[in-house]
Amino acid sequence: MPKVTFIQPDGMETVLETDTGTSVMRTAVSRGVPGIVAECGGSAMCATCHVYVEEPYLDGLPEISDVEDEMLDCTSSERCPNSRLSCQLKVASDIAVRLPETQV
Amino acid sequence: MAADLGTLIIGACQSGVQVATSLREFGDTSPITLVGEEPHAPYQRPPLSKELHGGTVKTSDLAFRTPDWYQRQDISLVTGERIVHLERNHDGGVATSSNGRQFRFSRLALTTGAAVRRLPLEGSELGGVHYLRDASDAAKLAADLAVARDVVVIGGGFIGLEVAAGARASGKRVTVLEAAPRLVGRAVAEGTSEYFRAAHQRRGTQIMLNARISRLTGTGGKVTEVELAGGTRVPADVVLIGVGVVPRTELAEQLGLAVDNGILVDESGLCSDGMTIAAGDCANLPNPYVRGDGGRLRLESVPHAMEHAKIAAAALLGRREPYQMVPWFWSDQSDIKLQIAGLSAGFDQTVQRGDPDSDKFALLYYRNGRIIAADCVNSPADFMAVRNALANGLDIPSDAAAQPGTRLKELIVEAAAA
Repeated sequence: MPKVTFIQPDGMETVLETDTGTSVMRTAVSRGVPGIVAECGGSAMCATCHVYVEEPYLDGLPEISDVEDEMLDCTSSERCPNSRLSCQLKVASDIAVRLPETQV
Repeated sequence: MAADLGTLIIGACQSGVQVATSLREFGDTSPITLVGEEPHAPYQRPPLSKELHGGTVKTSDLAFRTPDWYQRQDISLVTGERIVHLERNHDGGVATSSNGRQFRFSRLALTTGAAVRRLPLEGSELGGVHYLRDASDAAKLAADLAVARDVVVIGGGFIGLEVAAGARASGKRVTVLEAAPRLVGRAVAEGTSEYFRAAHQRRGTQIMLNARISRLTGTGGKVTEVELAGGTRVPADVVLIGVGVVPRTELAEQLGLAVDNGILVDESGLCSDGMTIAAGDCANLPNPYVRGDGGRLRLESVPHAMEHAKIAAAALLGRREPYQMVPWFWSDQSDIKLQIAGLSAGFDQTVQRGDPDSDKFALLYYRNGRIIAADCVNSPADFMAVRNALANGLDIPSDAAAQPGTRLKELIVEAAAA
C-alpha cells in the first residue's frame, strides 16, 4: 500500500497507508488528519484541501484542470508552484504533502 | 452532582460527525455517543445525486471517517437505531429508540436533518418512482436508472437537475417537470434560472415549466407514464420526485423547543431551552447575511452544516462563538458546475460576466451599490473572489466588474460607507 505523509506547518508528520486510487484528501479526512477541511467533499468546489506537494513527488502527478487552476488562484494560503488541491490527487505511489497555515 | 454521562448526538450525518469532531478538538474528554437510524456509518450525501449513474452506490467509499477513527476518538457510533422518544431536564435526560434501547446523556445535540417532501400524487406508490435523500434511496434509483430509457424528473431544483444532467449524459431521454414558471426558483434569480433552462435543453433534456401533473400511471405495478393536466402523457421508466425537504423537528417538539421552519436556535446554536444545541438542515438560525436585522435562515448546505456544527459544539461546552459564515452552495450538474456565494434575495442591480451560451459566466448581485452575491457557472475564480470579498466585508464595484477580461480578485476594495 502506498504511504502518504502529511507535514503540518509546525513540522509534525503523520504517515498513513492508503489504497491506490484514494485521493490524498480522503486519506487525510477519513483518518482525521487536521489541516484539510474539504468542505465540498472532493468536487474541487471549495479550495479548502490545498496542499504543497514535496519536491521529490512532483513528477507524475495528474495535470491541473482548468477548474483546479482557477480555484488554486484563490486559496486562503499563498499559491506556490507546488500547490495542489488534494481532492484531485489520487494516490498511485508514495507521496508527501505539506499543509498550509490556513484553508479558509 | 450527577455523574457526567457525556453528550448524545442524535443524527449520524455531516453535522453530527462535525459536532463530535469539534467537541474532541475543543478538548472535551467526556463520553460522546453518535446515534443514527441508517445502517451505515455516516457518509457524504452530495455525491449521491451525481454518482448514481454508474449503476451502483458504494456507501463505504463515501464514509466520512474510517471505523478506527471513532474508536481512537472514543466516540461511540451507534447505527440502525432511530430515536423516537426524548426527555430531558437541566441535569440531562434519556433518549429511547424504536427498538427500546435507551441512551442517557448529560448534554444533547440534535442533528436530525431533513426528510424529503412527499407529493400526494396518484400513482406515486408505483415501482420506478423514487425520492432521493439517503444512500439506500440512491442505490435503488441507480439500479432502476441502469435499465431505464425514459426518465422523468418532477421538480426543477438542484437535486432534480443533477439527476437529470447525469441521466442525459448517460444517454437517457430526460424530461424535467417544474410547477413554477422557472427552474431553481428558491436558490437563484431569474437570469440563472433561464440559463439552466437553456443549458439543459441544449443538452437534449426536455424542460416543461408551469407543469401540472394529474397522476402517474403504470402497468403491472410499474410506472410507465406521467400524465399532465390537459392530457399530455410523458413516457417514464423512472420517475424521480425532488421537490425539497422538510426539517425533522419532531424530537425537538417533544422537548417543547421552539420550532418554526426548523428548530429555532440562537447565533451560537442553542435551542430555546438554553442548553440543547441543534445544527445543520434541521436548525433555523439568525444569519448576518439575511437582509434586515435579526433575519433568520434555515440552510441546506454542507459548508453550513459543518460551520454551524462547530459553533454549536463550542456552545455545548459553554463557549459562545457567533455564526458568521458567508452562505455558499454548489451544484454539480454533469459538465455544469454552479457555485453560489452569498444570498441574492433583495438585489437591485446585476452585472453579468461572460456568456451564458458558452456555459461559463457569472451573475453578480448588488444592493444599494454593494455586492451581495454571485451565481458562478464554470467560473470558480469569480466565485472565490466574491466569496472572499463578502467574508471580509469588502466590495467589488459593479462598473469595474462589468469590464470584460478583468480579474475580480484584483477589483476587491473597501466598501464605501453606507
